[in-house]
Amino acid sequence: MCESCGCGSDEVRIEGGAGEHLHVHADGTMHSHAHPHEHGHEHPHEHHGDARRVAVERDLLAKNDQLAAANRAAFAAHGIFALNFVSSPGSGKTTLLVRTIEALRGRVPIAVIEGDQQTSLDAERIRAAGARAVQVNTGSGCHLDAAMVGEAARRLAPIEDGLLLIENVGNLVCPAAFDLGEAYKVLVLSLTEGEDKPLKYPDMFRRARLLLMNKIDLAPHLDFDLERCEQNARRVNPALELLRVSARSGQGFDAWLAWLEAGLARARSAPRIALERA
Amino acid sequence: MHEMALAESVLEIVRDTARSQGARAVRAVRLEIGRLAAVEVEALQFCFDVVVKGSVAEGARLEIDSAPGTAWCYRCAASVPLETLAGECPRCGGAQLELTGGTEMRVKEIEVE
Repeated sequence: MCESCGCGSDEVRIEGGAGEHLHVHADGTMHSHAHPHEHGHEHPHEHHGDARRVAVERDLLAKNDQLAAANRAAFAAHGIFALNFVSSPGSGKTTLLVRTIEALRGRVPIAVIEGDQQTSLDAERIRAAGARAVQVNTGSGCHLDAAMVGEAARRLAPIEDGLLLIENVGNLVCPAAFDLGEAYKVLVLSLTEGEDKPLKYPDMFRRARLLLMNKIDLAPHLDFDLERCEQNARRVNPALELLRVSARSGQGFDAWLAWLEAGLARARSAPRIALERA
Repeated sequence: MHEMALAESVLEIVRDTARSQGARAVRAVRLEIGRLAAVEVEALQFCFDVVVKGSVAEGARLEIDSAPGTAWCYRCAASVPLETLAGECPRCGGAQLELTGGTEMRVKEIEVE
């Protein structure tokens, strides 16, 4: 077992926005204490002790997929363009988001959901830049899931026709399987990580829509082969869009902002389907 | 990947089914785990045994069927077998593959009494 992926779902805490600290379980239920309840008293029936096989045919990730679909519908109903930012730790996701918020502030409503094992440091940076943010702390968890995102989105004051930027836990492996309800996954790769990353993590590169090659300002100091990286990325995912940026210097930001605005325009103009109230 | 979270999902599905069947105990759980699902079976077994303690499935036997990996190769325009997630097409060596089988993670059936 990978010790760092224990994923104790009862350790998830959400900070910021409306409401106090809550613990969110993988099935979407929430408790205010650490241990999940075992409501385990099944009604006793008279049985003659013979075992029988019962067909189940249920997918382990079905619950997350259902919750993700609900998130997706809610975002569509409000004209929200939701993005799931995935990467290794330290690729520059938060700095990229901060610069993006500064560039679009006043023009586009932006809200951010931050995911980290511990601390609200990233959410604080986002708020300082001028956008609303909710921080999800996963405890020992290694990825955000649809339940956490649904709950975090509910805590945020509602936005219409805006951007919802979800910064996943820094991890190129685990978040791949967990749909959050986003429109696209944006994969942020720092030039310092090496050009063979797409070949090493094909699953995540296949699921991403856009690859942002970040820290492009460091290119003169590195032996990073930009062409080779783009070749590797396209080899694994021919449909992947590629942009070279520097969150620090702003290089490449015009194209990145244009990409965002195009996605936002599509989200705003999509037909609004009224959500069914249960 | 996250064998503990997966074991918890298995337990949730098993308890749900047991409850709707009015079962007193679950004796066995049969899973289908695809070869490309990135799940370490031994770790899943370990986590399962831990997670079912005190539940209706305590002590249940875990049976795991393994489904083979398959992918659609865009270059070959054909379905090909795939051994690993990072694998390439066994025919043309290309990496433009869409996984079509072997990523399943499901509870197939349970044995109850």
